[in-house]
Amino acid sequence: MVAINSNYNIPDFSLSPRIDQVGVEERAKRFTARSIKTTSKVNGLKLVLNMIDLTTLEGKDTEGKVKQLCYKAQHLHDAYEGLPTVAAICVYPSMVKIAKQALGNSGVKIAAVATAFPSGQAPRDVKIRDTKFAVDNGADEIDMVISRGKFLEGDYNFVFDEIAAIKEACGNARLKVILETGELVTYDKVRRASDIAMYAGADFIKTSTGKIQPAATMPVTLVMLEAIRDFYYKTGKMIAMKPAGGISKAKAALHYLVMVQETLGSAWMSNHWFRFGASSLANDVLMQLVKEKTGVYQSGNYFSID
Amino acid sequence: MTRIAVLKTYKIYIGGQFPRTESGRYYTPFNKTGKPLANMCLSSRKDFREAVVAARNAFGGWSARAAFNRGQILYRIAEMLEGRKAQFIDELLQQGATKEQAENEVNISIDRLVYYAGWCDKYQQLFSAVNPVASSHFNFSVPEPTGVVSIIAPQQTSLLGLVSVIAPVIAGGNTCVVLASESKPLCAITFAEVINSSDVPGGVVNVLTGKVAELAKYFADHMDVNATIFCENDIDTKKLIQDKSALNVKRVFFYDDVKWNVADAENPYFILDTQEIKTTWHPIENIGGAKAGY
Amino acid sequence: MAKTKNNTLKLDFKMEYAPAPESKSSAKINSKYDLFINGKFEKPDSKKYFDAINPATEEKISTVAEANNNDVNKAVKAARNAYEKVWSKMPAKERAKYIFRIARMIQERARELAIIETMDGGKPIRESRDIDVPLAANHFFYYAGWADKLQYAFPNKKIESLGVAGQIIPWNFPLLMAAWKIAPALATGNTVVLKPAETTPLTALKLAEIIQESDLPPGVVNIITGAGATGAAIVNHPDINKIAFTGSTDVGKIIQRATAGTNKKVTLELGGKAANIIFDDAPLDQAVEGVINGIFFNQGHVCCAGSRLFVQESVYKIVLQKLKDRLETLIVADPLDKNTDIGAINSKQQMDNIHKYLKIGLAEGAEIYQTHCNLPKKGFFMKPTLFTNVAQSSRIVQEEIFGPVLTIQTFRTDDEVIEKANNTPYGLSAGVWTDKGSKIFNLTTKMRAGVIWANTFNKFDPTSPFGGYKESGFGREGGLHGLSAYLK
Repeated sequence: MVAINSNYNIPDFSLSPRIDQVGVEERAKRFTARSIKTTSKVNGLKLVLNMIDLTTLEGKDTEGKVKQLCYKAQHLHDAYEGLPTVAAICVYPSMVKIAKQALGNSGVKIAAVATAFPSGQAPRDVKIRDTKFAVDNGADEIDMVISRGKFLEGDYNFVFDEIAAIKEACGNARLKVILETGELVTYDKVRRASDIAMYAGADFIKTSTGKIQPAATMPVTLVMLEAIRDFYYKTGKMIAMKPAGGISKAKAALHYLVMVQETLGSAWMSNHWFRFGASSLANDVLMQLVKEKTGVYQSGNYFSID
Repeated sequence: MTRIAVLKTYKIYIGGQFPRTESGRYYTPFNKTGKPLANMCLSSRKDFREAVVAARNAFGGWSARAAFNRGQILYRIAEMLEGRKAQFIDELLQQGATKEQAENEVNISIDRLVYYAGWCDKYQQLFSAVNPVASSHFNFSVPEPTGVVSIIAPQQTSLLGLVSVIAPVIAGGNTCVVLASESKPLCAITFAEVINSSDVPGGVVNVLTGKVAELAKYFADHMDVNATIFCENDIDTKKLIQDKSALNVKRVFFYDDVKWNVADAENPYFILDTQEIKTTWHPIENIGGAKAGY
Repeated sequence: MAKTKNNTLKLDFKMEYAPAPESKSSAKINSKYDLFINGKFEKPDSKKYFDAINPATEEKISTVAEANNNDVNKAVKAARNAYEKVWSKMPAKERAKYIFRIARMIQERARELAIIETMDGGKPIRESRDIDVPLAANHFFYYAGWADKLQYAFPNKKIESLGVAGQIIPWNFPLLMAAWKIAPALATGNTVVLKPAETTPLTALKLAEIIQESDLPPGVVNIITGAGATGAAIVNHPDINKIAFTGSTDVGKIIQRATAGTNKKVTLELGGKAANIIFDDAPLDQAVEGVINGIFFNQGHVCCAGSRLFVQESVYKIVLQKLKDRLETLIVADPLDKNTDIGAINSKQQMDNIHKYLKIGLAEGAEIYQTHCNLPKKGFFMKPTLFTNVAQSSRIVQEEIFGPVLTIQTFRTDDEVIEKANNTPYGLSAGVWTDKGSKIFNLTTKMRAGVIWANTFNKFDPTSPFGGYKESGFGREGGLHGLSAYLK
């Protein structure tokens, strides 16, 4: 597996396109003005469920907790027939084995956060071992964090090489590169980090660990989607996107779908190309789906918390 | 034997040069006692056309001058006028003024130039605004010169009216073509000589002599003139000027009720007349939680 | 080498948005409207009425009175009477409170006004709801506060109102333009005779109802409807002191001529053909969005629309690709649907005019690109259109089309684009997109236009003066500078 695609030159990342903050926020807001009703709402909500990376990333995670989460991933709300499973569950490497057993051949993928998640403050060989451990235990996807410190120092080569090395360690697992946009602060930097990640071999670019505020926002996601679009225009290669953290409402998730649809088009409208990293979004979507069916506003007491 | 005086030939002033009218025509205004003043150029529409070309060419440079520099140049005109005071008084006397009136007119004219010289780098501050728009944008409005201004100078005075209308127009960065008082044209051409020796770039001020009735139409209908000023309360000419000005939506100003020798006849609103207000918007970035603090 | 193959996005909507129409039930439109004169709705002396048509359905939604000379005369008399006896004598503080009151009542009835604006004029409900109506209310609110502070706006100047203002407004922003005209006129102590455009009279008449409800003294604002002849009667009325007109440059010139030899003070806000300039260092995605907003806002029926796009040659291909992709996502549909981006062309006449220009463009050898969207079967709808391969000398580049049609030219250097951008009789607005601050100021200083949007486009605010250079008119509306249009 060669990390660096030889089809295109590596650009000078200091020349990545600049982003006007006011303009991009206006554009992002515009998507929220789209009104999604009736059947398109139901279809959209089901698609959202199918795009979720159901996540638990805590120091207090246990086998029991992960097993319950894996069950929920396959049985979101059995009272409602015909619901899809989520896309993946997202856990620490130590939990991959348990998850693998619990999910069997359900089709739900296992994503592991590796590379000294969430800070990424570890030597490269540790990060590579972390990654290989997760892959060896059966992870289908690796969510790595970039070295934000090095990035902010302007050492883009370091960041690039590290991503390329992890990509190599992933083997056949798909690599999600977490930029931790809340620590990069400006959209210019988010765009630059997106470009570095994609050229270094990322399969996904992902906003956040969920441990830093702000996590995913619509404008930051839009900046990354536009980076993906430019990369696609230039290379023909599709890169997937995962906003993570902070998306907990069904309505917000639908707005994200509108944004993906209108920025990248329908080819990206599946969980192969777009994910939500979220822990509480699923239940809100379920409540909305049941409300659409019954016409009655729902209570959390009727939906399982895992 | 007394020395024979060398008489002055009055020509017109276009693009920093003193040509004769291309038409070769002249007219002879008389003073109150019926004495001929001089043979003045009877400027044609082609002279006007040439003058507009000169004014347009000069506009870019003059409007781009630093305001401070324009102020210095206007002050320089005042200095030169002061130095040639005697000549102007003499011409005013020839055109029927009393000694006191003549001195008064020249003094006020000099002071008026000094007054507007001082405004050159201030009126923008007075007439600008930063507009507190509701969105995250920096928004400001500033005055900018309109462009080429055609002026038919006040007819009753030879110098003061002319100076009073030219000064605010060029202080504001415009260039102009001025038709002198038809009956009292002498000072206009001598004033052009003052301008020509005052670091005013050629073409910024162009002075013609001739007949209002003949030229008013062209002053108003020329498509490359942005604004026009007329100073007489002559209904027919006013109507003609407004009517023709519509051809290119010219800005029209009538200063027909101004007494040029009073204090009221100078204020920055005269500068504002030949200014356009330009408003600029730009987004203001506002990222993260950082706020201004003390 | 970077691959140059054409990687196209699939922007044909798989996830269709279901229709999301705004309910019409909260908008009350009478079947017939009379003239609002002296605080009352009065039958026209002409005894004539004309139809108000919804351009999105071609259905009649009301009939509206047509004012003749006698009606205009009545309105002017009422305004004169109100000026002499009431409005010019009222303490400015009290005048202000009436204007504040009107602002508040517009806010209260915002939803209704938005729906009627959309039904009458064809603009998307998203725009009338989020832009036209709030801005109209804000405009009254802003000028209300000026009424008792005018002496601070003009140092050393005697503040004197003009008298009766005749105001004629266009069909592209019917309520907003009414606000732009009425609010500063009232704040400065003038009274008003206003005529909305014949294709979009309804929100102005709703505003008349609001004004009636506000207890504004009768005659201070009179709103009369009609077409060109009614407008001419206002322009030519001897007892009017001020004409404020927004509309085409052709009609503006007629008005300037008509007022020659009178003492009427005139302000004109006329046409435009704005350049929108993208440099290679610009934030391109935001620039593309600005271009879209610049030309397709309100179906391109905007005098300050960015209808001439200039793109630096080094980014031309990518900008064009982005523009085309963005174009595909625009929804042209029922204006009352909340998802509609581009509504109906205002009238059949305007639609014909735009089609005329499409033909001219094709005849001139320009390349046309239109989106692949489906248009509604009924009503006046048009696909958003790009023209490439145009020249500075093309008619579609020189003339105002006033529709969703963008021409695209390329340029190489700053000097070249400044020269081309200014090479037009118009001078209303311009746009510049670059990341370099000093370049922005170079461009914004040299552009001969009244409103310059740098790294943004088509933004409006009551505090921000608006108006043109050259044949785009004279006088400003909005902000402190907008006051002088209504003072001696």
